[in-house]
Amino acid sequence: MSADNCGSCVVNAELARMGVNVDKVDRVVALAGNPNTGKSTLFNALTGLKQHTGNWPGKTVTRAEGGFEFASVRYKLVDLPGTYSLLSASHDEEIARDFLLFGQPDATIVVIDATAIERNLNLVLQVLEITSRVVIAVNLMDEAKRKNIDVDVRSLSRDLGVPAVGIVARTGEGIHALLEAVGGVASGETHTTPLRVKGTPEFHRAISELVPLIESLAPGVPNARWIAIRLLDGDAEVEQALSSGRLVELAAAQQQAAQRFSGKIALQGAQ
Amino acid sequence: MASPTAADVLHRAAELRGTLTAQFRDETVKSIYAEAERVARRASHQTGSARYDFDQRIDRLVTSPIFGLPIMALMLATVFWLTVAGANVPSAMLANFFFWIEGHGAALFDSFGAPWWVTGFLWHGVYRGLAWVISVMLPPMAIFFPLFTILEDLGYLPRVAFNLDFLFRRAGAHGKQALTMAMGFGCNAAGVIATRVIDSPRERLVAILTNNFVPCNGRFPTLIMIATIFVGPLVPAAVASLAAAGAVVGVVIIGVIFTLAVSWGLSRTVLKGEASAFTLELPPYRRPGVMRILYTSLIDRTLFVLWRAILTAAPAGAVIWILANINIADISIARHIANGLNPLGHAIGLDGVVLLAYIIAIPANEIVVPTLLMVYMGTGMMTDVTSIEDVTNLLINQEGWTLLTAVNLMLFSLLHNPCATTIITIYKETLSIKWTTIGTLLPLGLAFLVTFIVASLW
Repeated sequence: MSADNCGSCVVNAELARMGVNVDKVDRVVALAGNPNTGKSTLFNALTGLKQHTGNWPGKTVTRAEGGFEFASVRYKLVDLPGTYSLLSASHDEEIARDFLLFGQPDATIVVIDATAIERNLNLVLQVLEITSRVVIAVNLMDEAKRKNIDVDVRSLSRDLGVPAVGIVARTGEGIHALLEAVGGVASGETHTTPLRVKGTPEFHRAISELVPLIESLAPGVPNARWIAIRLLDGDAEVEQALSSGRLVELAAAQQQAAQRFSGKIALQGAQ
Repeated sequence: MASPTAADVLHRAAELRGTLTAQFRDETVKSIYAEAERVARRASHQTGSARYDFDQRIDRLVTSPIFGLPIMALMLATVFWLTVAGANVPSAMLANFFFWIEGHGAALFDSFGAPWWVTGFLWHGVYRGLAWVISVMLPPMAIFFPLFTILEDLGYLPRVAFNLDFLFRRAGAHGKQALTMAMGFGCNAAGVIATRVIDSPRERLVAILTNNFVPCNGRFPTLIMIATIFVGPLVPAAVASLAAAGAVVGVVIIGVIFTLAVSWGLSRTVLKGEASAFTLELPPYRRPGVMRILYTSLIDRTLFVLWRAILTAAPAGAVIWILANINIADISIARHIANGLNPLGHAIGLDGVVLLAYIIAIPANEIVVPTLLMVYMGTGMMTDVTSIEDVTNLLINQEGWTLLTAVNLMLFSLLHNPCATTIITIYKETLSIKWTTIGTLLPLGLAFLVTFIVASLW
C-alpha cells in the first residue's frame, strides 16, 4: 500500500502475515460484517493475501481463509460472506451463521461502517446473541471524518459490552489496537458482557425453561440461548440438527467439529 | 433428573411457542432495530454539515431515469474508444517485432538444413499462433482491464445494476444479474461463478444461461479488429477509431438486448417465475487505489487471460499448421473441411473457413482471428501477413469479404456457444448435464438463426 502511515509501521513490527499457511494455528478468528464494509480489505491486510477486493456489495461469495501471527499467537482468519442479518434464510446468511454457531471461533471480528453505525448494528446485535467473544472493528473512520460524522468508539464499546476499535483498513491505522483486543477476547483474558435484546416476559420465561433442557441434552454446548431462540422461532434446520444428534456430537467433540466444519468450508471456498 | 431426549426438547419448544404471540418474530426484529438505534444515537453524531451532498448529487445524475442509461453507454464507448485507439500502435509494434523474430528464426533453421516441415511446424505454426495471440490481445487487455477495474473500484458497478434493474425485473430475472453480466465482460467463466451472488436458484440459472451474451475479453479483439477494418473506412479517417468503438458498443448493446430477451423467454417457459426482491446498497464513491488497480487488472486479469490464451494458442497453432499444410489430392485438409462447411457458412453470410475457425477455437475464442488468417494464407496466394493493411487485403481482396461478412461475424462471435472453460464452469456450478447442454446449444442455435436471418434480409 502506498498510503502507509505510522499506525501500520507498528503493526508490521509485530504482525507476521502467513498467507494461506494455516497449519498449526492456535486460535480461529471469524470476520463478519455487512456487505461492502471493507472485510476483505482487512482480511488482506492481516493475512497478506490478495483476495480480490472490489467496491460492490456481495463480492465475497464464499469464504476465504488465511493466517497471521500476532504477539506470538498464530491465528486462522475466516472471512465470512457479508450479510445484513443472520435471521432470514439466504445462502450467505446461512454460511455465516453456521460458522459462528458450529465453527466456534475463538473470537469474531464484526467489521462495521463508521458512516452507517445504526444499520450495521443490527448484525452486531444478532452476532452477540450467538457468541460473546466479539470485537467490533469500526472501519472507514477516515470516511466518517470526511463526512463530519463523529464516532464515539468508547460509548459503542460500553453499550455493546465488547471491545470496539476504530480502524482504517486501507491504510492499516488502528489495526494494532484491534489485534490486541482480538488477542484478549480470543484468549479469554478480556471479559465481555454482550448486550442482549430484551423480549417480552413470556419470551423470557420460555427461554429460561428451554436453556437448561438444551444444556442437559447437549452438555457443553456454547450457545444454548441462541438455539432456544431458534427453536421458539421454529427454525427447521436447528430442529434438524438437534434431533439428528449433530448438535450433541458437536458439543461433545468441539475441537474435532471445528476442524470438520472448516474442512467443509475450505471446499466451498475453492473459488 | 433424567436427561431429556431431543424429541422432548422439540415438543416442549413447540408448546412454549404456543404461549408466545404470533408476532413474536416481528417483535424480536423490532426490538433489535430499536436497540441498534439507541446505541447508534449515543455513539455517532453528525457535526457540521453532512457531506453526503457530493455523493448524492453524482448519484442523482448517474442513476437518473433520463440520463442514467445514456451516461452508461457513453462511459462504455469511452472505454472502448481508448482501447481501440490506444491498442493499435503497440499491437502493430508487437506484431512487427514478433514476425521479425519469426523470419530470422526460420532463416536460422533453414541455414542448419532443418527439413521444411520442422521449420514450418515450429515457426509458422506454434510460434506464429503465439505471436498473433500476444500481439492482438495484450495491448487491448492492458488498456481495457485497468479502465474497467477503475470503474469497479470507484463503486460504479452497483449503479449499473441499479440502472438496469427495472429491465431485468421486467424480464423476470434478478437485478444482480447486471453485476454478473458486467463480470462477463472480463471472462464469461468468471461471470458464471459470480452468479453465486444470486440466491434464488431459478434466477441464478437464468443468469448462468445468458452470461455468454456479453462478449468476453477473448472475443473483444475479434470485434475490435473487424470493426477497425470494416467500419472504420466507412467514415473519414479522423473519426475512424471513434466509429469502430461505436460499432463495438453497438454489438455490446445488442448483447444486452439478447440477454434480456432470452432471460424473458426462459422466465416465461422452462424457468417460470417472478423476479425476487433484493436490496442493493449503493456504496460511497471511493478513491481507487492505484497499486491495487494495477495489481488486479494486470496480474489477476490480463496475465491470467493471456496465459490461458497462450496455452491454447500453441497447440492450436500446431493443429492449424498441419491442417493447412498437409495436402490430400493437392488441396489442404483445412480447405477440404472448409469446403464441406461452405454451404452452411454461406447460408449465414459467412464461409466454411470461419466455421472451421470457430470449431478450432472452442477451447478459447482468442484464437479465432489467427486461425482465420492462417487457413486463408495456407490456401491462397498471400503467405505473409504482418500488418493490419495486409489483413484488410487478405480478407477483402483475396477472400471477398463484404460488410455483411463483417456484421455476421460480429453477431456470430457475440452469440455463439461459450468456450470450453465456460462450459466446464457451467457444469461445475449447476452439476447438471441438461443445463450445461442448454447453456451450450441455445446460444449456438441462436447464433445460426440470427445470422441466417440477417443474411437473408441483406
